[in-house]
Formats: sequence, C-alpha cells, structure tokens
Amino acid sequence: METSKKLPTDPSESPPSPAGDGAADPDRLVKGNLSFHDITEMVSRHAEKKAPLAWYVAFGVSLSGALLLVGLLAYVVWNGIGVWGNNQPVGWGWPIVNFVFWVGIGHAGTLISAILYLFRQHWRTAINRAAEAMTIFAVICALIWPTFHVGRVWAIYWTLPIPNQMAMWPQFKSPLLWDVFAVSSYFLVSLLFWYVGLVPDLATLRDRAKNFWRQRILAFFSLGWTGSNRHWRNYEKAYLLLAGLATPLVLSVHSVVSFDFAVSVIPGWHTTIFPPYFVAGAIFSGFAMVVTLMVITREVYGLKNLITIDHLEKMNIIILVTGSIVGFAYITEFFMAWYSGVEYEQYAFLNRAFGPYAWAYWIMMTCNLITPQLFWSKRLRRSIPVMFALSIVVNIGMWFERFVITITSLHRDFLPSSWGYFTATWVDIGTFVGSFGLFLTLFLLFLRFVPMVAMAEVKGVMPQADPHYHEHEGNGHAEGDGEPYIKPAEPALAEAYRSNDAEAPD
Amino acid sequence: MSTLLQDLKAQAGIFESDADQIHGLLAEFPDPGALLHAAETVREEGYRHFDTHSPFPIHGMDEAMGLGNATGVGVLAFFGGVTGCVVAYLLQWWTAAVDYPLNISGKPFFAVEPSVPIMFELTVLFAAFGAVAGMFALNGLPRPYNPLFYSDRFKGASDDRFFLHIAASDDEFDVEDSAAMLQRLGARHLELVKDDGTVDA
Repeated sequence: METSKKLPTDPSESPPSPAGDGAADPDRLVKGNLSFHDITEMVSRHAEKKAPLAWYVAFGVSLSGALLLVGLLAYVVWNGIGVWGNNQPVGWGWPIVNFVFWVGIGHAGTLISAILYLFRQHWRTAINRAAEAMTIFAVICALIWPTFHVGRVWAIYWTLPIPNQMAMWPQFKSPLLWDVFAVSSYFLVSLLFWYVGLVPDLATLRDRAKNFWRQRILAFFSLGWTGSNRHWRNYEKAYLLLAGLATPLVLSVHSVVSFDFAVSVIPGWHTTIFPPYFVAGAIFSGFAMVVTLMVITREVYGLKNLITIDHLEKMNIIILVTGSIVGFAYITEFFMAWYSGVEYEQYAFLNRAFGPYAWAYWIMMTCNLITPQLFWSKRLRRSIPVMFALSIVVNIGMWFERFVITITSLHRDFLPSSWGYFTATWVDIGTFVGSFGLFLTLFLLFLRFVPMVAMAEVKGVMPQADPHYHEHEGNGHAEGDGEPYIKPAEPALAEAYRSNDAEAPD
Repeated sequence: MSTLLQDLKAQAGIFESDADQIHGLLAEFPDPGALLHAAETVREEGYRHFDTHSPFPIHGMDEAMGLGNATGVGVLAFFGGVTGCVVAYLLQWWTAAVDYPLNISGKPFFAVEPSVPIMFELTVLFAAFGAVAGMFALNGLPRPYNPLFYSDRFKGASDDRFFLHIAASDDEFDVEDSAAMLQRLGARHLELVKDDGTVDA
C-alpha cells in the first residue's frame, strides 16, 4: 500500500478485492499483488456468477432472432432461393450483400488482435478478446449466406476438393472458390488465435472453479496450463507468429472477397481499386461494430476502468481514418469512370448516384463519408452517446455500400431490354434480421461463459508487471511514457465494486 | 538415453519425481522482480531442472533462467507454411491438369497466376497449424496430470502469485539445502510437493 501512496497513478489503487477474500489471506496485503488479483476478479466473476437480468432479456430477444433465421433458412431450402428477391437480372441480391457485410465486420477483430499487436499498441489488450470473439461470430454469420445461396445446400461440399463418385474437382480458377478457401482459412486461423489467447485465462477460471464439473470442463479446455515460463516463451513466440500470419491473411480475405466482383467484367465491378477499398471498408465497419458492442459491455459489466474512454477514442480515430479512405475511394471510382472514357462504366456510376437506387447511394455517402467527420472533434469522439449513435450509422452505411455495389451494377447491364428493378422480399428481411439474432446470441454466450477481457495480457502490460518496477522510485516501467495502461479506479467506482454490484457510476 | 529423454522433457517443464515420490520444492515470491532474481540465482547455483510460474510472461525471465531464444515454434511454423504452399500447388495442378483436364475457352489447364490466392491461403493456414500445434507439442501440453496441482496455493499462479519450482530430478536437488537457499532468496512460502498427493508446507 505504501507504493500506491507514493505513486498516485499506480493501478494498485484499483478496487480492492471483495470483502472476505482478501481478509482470509494475509499474503494478499503484499503491495503490487492487489491489482493483479483485481483484474482476475473483475473479469472472471462475470463468467462465474449468475447473469444479470438484462442478459436474460437480451438473450431471449437474440435467441428468437436466431430461431427466426433457422426457420426461414428451412423455408428457403424447401422452396428454393426464389423466395428471396433474387431474380434476373439481379441474381446476387441480399445474400451476397449480407455475406460481404458480415465478413467485413469480422475484420476489425483480427486487426485489433494481430496488427495492433505487431505495432505494440498495448491498449488493444482491453478489447482484443471481445473483438476476436466478434470476428469468429461474424464469420459464422457470413458463411451462412453463400452456403444457402447456392440453392442446393446439400451439395455445398462440392466446393471442397473431396474425391467423389463423379470424379469431379472444384474449379480452382474461379474467384468464388478462392473465397471458399480464404474465408474458411480465415475462420480457422481466427479460431486458433482466439483459443491460444484463451488458454491462460481458462486456466485462471479453472483454478477459481468451485464446482466439480465446472472445474473438469475448464481443466479440459485449459490443457493443464500452469503459467510455466518454459511454456510462456514458446507461447509468446506462437502468439507473435499467429499475429504475423493473421495480418496478411486478413488483408487477403477481403481482397479475395472483392475479387468476386473485380474479376468479372460488369461495369462498376471491374476495377483495380476494389481490394484496398474493400479492406478499408471492412476495418471501418468492424471497428464501428466493436464500438457498438464495447459501449454496451463496459456499461453493463462495470468494466469502465479496463475499457476506458481512451480506448474508445482511439477506435473512433481509426473509424475516422478508414471512413475517409472509403469516401476517397468512392470519389476515385467516379473519377476513374470518367477518365476511362468507357461509356458503360460512366453510365454505371451516374446510374448509381442519380438512377433508381440514388436513395441507397446517398444513404451510403452520408453515413460513410459525411457523419464520421464529426469525429474530428475531440469532444464528440469522447462522447459515449455520440460514438454509439455514429457506430450504428456507420454500419448502416456499410451495409448500403455493399447493396449499392451489388444491386446497381447488376440491375442495368449491357442490354437495356433486360433491365429490371430489384425488390427485397419479407424473407430477405427476415433472414437478415435473423443473422443479427444469431450473432448476438453467440456474443451473449461468450460474455456469459468466457473471460471477456484477456486477463493475462492486461496483467502483462501493467506497470508492476515489469520486473524492475519494485526497484526504483517512481514508475520504473521500461517502455512507454510512464502512463499506466489501466486507468486507476475512482473512489466511487471502488465503492460500487465492493458492494458487489455490477452497476458502476462513470 | 533415458537421461536424454528426461532432459528433453525437462525442457518442456515436465520433471520426474524421485524414488521417495518427492516432486520438488515450490517457493512463492512476492513479485515478478523477486522471482526474476531468484531464478537468476538458482541458475547460477547450478540448478537446471527448475521452472517459474506466473500469471503472465515476465520480461527477461528467459535469460534469467538461461533458456535462450525459443526457435522451435518458428521452425515448425515455417515447415507448416512450406507444406501448405506445396500442397496447394500440387492440388491445383494435379486436379486441373492431370486428373480431370477441362478445356475452358482454350485456356491452359494449369497456370500459376490464378493458383496464387489458394497457395497463399493454405500457406498461412498450415503455418498457423504448425505454430499452434508446435507450441503445444514443445510445451508438452495437454498435460492433465501435474503434481503441482496438489498444492492449493499454486492455484494462485494463474491469478496474482509468482512461483519458483525446483524439481527433485535435478542433480543439485537436496530438500534441506535447496529450501534454505530459496528461503535466503526471499521466498514468502515454501512447500514440498509430492507425487502421492501430499504437500508439506
């Protein structure tokens, strides 16, 4: 405790462990250790105690959405995909729009866990676990669409190179098949990355488990982890390698998704700008989704001194940057259409902005290019209500971007006699809403059963985790500007925390 | 041969108990710095079969324990990546050019250019498998049974406690002497862990 008096910014001022626990063990009074335990306590207890009522309400709503999805997909399989609005000339409709939308959302998780790790951005530790979980769930939601869009879902295994009685192989020259490999590799690597990060935290839960079966199940998944330094050294290497592998992978995945469009010869699709522009858009929408989810999570679970306003502000800056890149790409596309001198290309873009889908185009422009510019103001990007509203607006805009790209280019192709107007059906709307239900169901299960913040990583970036911390006067942290990465708690928060109530004042 | 195997297992933190079922001494230290210095001294005293346990990796611990750079994971990831790349190339070439050639618009049956995306994806995928499987293999995980789990205090190693474990299989190990040394190094608590499930404080 002496240390904390000397160092007002020391995180050991963070809320003490709940009464009874600390009192029983005199060792716990040793300075510096207090806050490591607090991290454990703050994060693990949500996976251990009964979920708050809000969780059950949210879970009920989400689960109904997921069941709606299951029911409607059965309806689609039974009747054929004609019950969606897909028809000539728009064969790709909402299923492909939704696929690109969900894959894009997933990308922020990998960006946070891999790219920010390589750049040594320690603030990522507060949000990387939840963002990676979001990645996995978003990719699951994404994979549903092409799987059912093939129409004969029982033949989907034809996309994989499995020897079969027809002696046929997949067509490896098709970008659609590249997509199968890219997205499924992405899913598997994200899952591995997430699980490797989870092992030490599952061991923490295992060691805290009181119930026999809970202890056994966690022991199974934590693989006998003991925090051995002989293990940590290989573990850190593997984690670094996974980050290094996931970084080019995530950039390649959305590039390959954009090839689905760019490798065709449809005006409005056949452009070389697509890969970087899709990747920027994916990061943009993914970060917005992380902000939406984290604002709610930190509020409900009282994690405001782990997921701080500074973390959210940094994410908002990334939203501003990527949003501007996307907006720049929209304008560049127009310039290239004009500069190419190809009349089909020029028509495709004029038709986007001023044709029958102008409404969708201008929703996209407003939500993606104009409203994120509000984040130039420091006050606005640090305001919770503003960022929450804007993050939702961004995702509306990004859904419309995919709608504009997919629908407007298809509905008027080279031959005016085959032009048409695409209208979504109730099944389109129902399945899309249902996919949100599935996503939120999985995310709520994650919040309930898995440590939602990477405890071992957060502890590792705290100043007193540095072995030389206790040797010097002041903050002897080896790297950074001496600022702790974990905000010290406010006294009011400590009180609320002690009273064992998840509701914490800001 | 058996010593070699023992040393190999010790690299992964798997130590054998001695004839009296003694697994080793488990010393708890107050903070990462104390643990680092203790590990340094224990190595200088000539111990080799020892390990430290902490809730997060401690910077400089590899040097303090004399472990050197961990290259195994990287090598395995590299071979995983090479395997993935070769598999993707052979798969696309053999299926399209050998097993079932299809003439599509007179294009070549096989070309490298359209094969690049899948070669890239499988390289990354197999390298990731290599890194993760290699990491678990080199760490001797999963390892459901570990005598250290008999210690209740050791549960804190995943929370906020810092342990140094000297295994009974070490040539230098002596219950009295080793305990005295750990005491001198500032161990806050000492336990003798036995393989028969008992722990003596």
